[in-house]
Amino acid sequence: MSTDTPLAPPAPARPPRPARRRGVRQLWQRLAADRWAVAGAGGVAFFLVVAAAAPLFSALGGHDPYSYDLDALTDSGAPKGFGGGISGAHWFGVEPMTGRDLFAIVVHGARTSILVGAGATAASMLIGVVVGLTAGFYGGWYDRVVTRVVDVLLGFPYLIFVIGLGAIVPTSLPKPLLLVGVLAVFGWPGVARVVRSQTLALKQRTFVVASTALGAGGWHLLVRQLLPNLTATIIVYATIKIPAMIGAEAALSFLGVGVPPPTPAWGRSIGEAIAWVQTDPMFLVFPGAALFLATLAFNLLGDGLRDAFDPKTAGLRR
Amino acid sequence: MRLLRLISGRLLSMVGTLLVISLITYLVFVLLPGDPAQLSCGRPCTPQRLAEARAFMGYDQPWWQQYLAFLGGLFAGRTFGSGAAAVHCAAPCFGYSFQLNESVTQLIVNRIPVTFSIAIGAAVLWLILGVGAGVVSAVRRGSAMDRAAMTFSTVGVSAPSYLLGLLGILLFGFTLNMVPVNGYVALTEDPVGWLWHLVLPWCVLALIHAAIYARLTRGQMLEVLGEDYIRTARAKGLRERKVVGRHALRNVLIPVITVFGIDLGSLLGGAVITERVFSMPGLGALLLDAVGNVDLPLIVGVTLFSAFLIILANFLVDLIYNVVDPRVAR
Repeated sequence: MSTDTPLAPPAPARPPRPARRRGVRQLWQRLAADRWAVAGAGGVAFFLVVAAAAPLFSALGGHDPYSYDLDALTDSGAPKGFGGGISGAHWFGVEPMTGRDLFAIVVHGARTSILVGAGATAASMLIGVVVGLTAGFYGGWYDRVVTRVVDVLLGFPYLIFVIGLGAIVPTSLPKPLLLVGVLAVFGWPGVARVVRSQTLALKQRTFVVASTALGAGGWHLLVRQLLPNLTATIIVYATIKIPAMIGAEAALSFLGVGVPPPTPAWGRSIGEAIAWVQTDPMFLVFPGAALFLATLAFNLLGDGLRDAFDPKTAGLRR
Repeated sequence: MRLLRLISGRLLSMVGTLLVISLITYLVFVLLPGDPAQLSCGRPCTPQRLAEARAFMGYDQPWWQQYLAFLGGLFAGRTFGSGAAAVHCAAPCFGYSFQLNESVTQLIVNRIPVTFSIAIGAAVLWLILGVGAGVVSAVRRGSAMDRAAMTFSTVGVSAPSYLLGLLGILLFGFTLNMVPVNGYVALTEDPVGWLWHLVLPWCVLALIHAAIYARLTRGQMLEVLGEDYIRTARAKGLRERKVVGRHALRNVLIPVITVFGIDLGSLLGGAVITERVFSMPGLGALLLDAVGNVDLPLIVGVTLFSAFLIILANFLVDLIYNVVDPRVAR
């Protein structure tokens, strides 16, 4: 870190506006040059469109994800025909035991995954940034309390705890909302820790010290001086957090304590596919591929963004 | 002396963290759901029987007394009920499952061999695979090997373990008929069967974690190889093997150990998923059964036990730091 300071001119030396605009343009150029990042962005866009227009897509296939079709099943409950019942009517085949259209389930599952993933990420980023920023900035007993709470929450066996919650949560509570809440409660400490340490470093920088000397108030320092310098970290962290949250929701649904039926969820379908691995592997393959590709797309985009923001070349991060 | 002070300080904060976690867990699982006695009272549940059950389990006390009794049980053991019907739960008592008529500690101990077999084998495998691939990638930066390892690692990071596990079962279990598709055999009973049942779970867990470690190791190694002391080591004529293996690797291992400590702790969470995929009767299966039966004391016990493991792992990492990196000691 110490070696690159003489090369990169300190940001506040320039007038802020043109510098920021140039930074954004540079960022775009770097991102567009990275093939994997572009592929990731394309994948993310694709899944966002699928999630937003899920009813449209399933209408195109001619089925909704809730209606049973027992005619598509044999007497044992397995789908009739090749590849789990793939046909012109059922593009991805049907779900064993119920005959529900797997294409509709996978398409609507994107909605569940992305809503829960984005919701949990937004909530944990919001809490984490506010808490981390204020703790790093104000310090004192408040900072000590925050650090302690973060330590406890990071030491918490959260997956075990959330699975256990499945036993006591009243069924009347909307499960997806509960998932967002629980994932946010255990997601913000990591964000707060990173933001806090960066705030501590930024606080020592000349432009913050100068603002303070010029009589800037706490709010101005937090929102106009510190927060803009944390943008890169926040964007990269959020992009990497979304697939992690999608994965967490899918894992909980897989274990049967996440999104309850009949709401389509990739993780739950994969969990149900355990019993059918041998007789109907396609029931595993389609939801599994969707989950894998969505996670991969977000991860590729996140990696690309991180490289584009690279501190050694851009001077934007840290 | 300094190390002793460090250890005692860390131990104190460990105990504090565990106390807070145990309080939260106890409040959430035992006091929020209303009446645990009702659940195990049976039907028809007369008011008298309910009161008896409540008194027997100690749920007639105020919440803080219940919690203190629970804490006391951890250190000194406790007895539920009195007279001929009394059950004793020896220390360390993580609670008593009235549904299974067994102390939670005993239930956990019974399942530990399964979960630890999965966890330890996978951890050893992924450390070797991940660190090895990372070092080779960094030393031969830009080579086909490097690109292959990094592509694989991006893919591996995005694949959920259960998906990979099920595909593994499908391919190596059902199609190729190479390994058993589920179950567990005790090591003491049949060592070969033990190994054979664990190969697939190990590989699945190891591949996914190795992906993360390969990236981490590669990044660190590239950074370290640019340092002055590496140039010095080369300048004094050391073999490249020694430069990388002795001088660089030691510095690379420090962040790897941090991540490893966190992963070891959360591996228990991962074990729940692995055990479900491969139908293995470990701690995860115990927890899922407890959730299915609403066996609250068992859920509290398993949660606390895993919190204990996580915190212990972090503590050990702190100690290892001091051995690997003398700079931290200052």
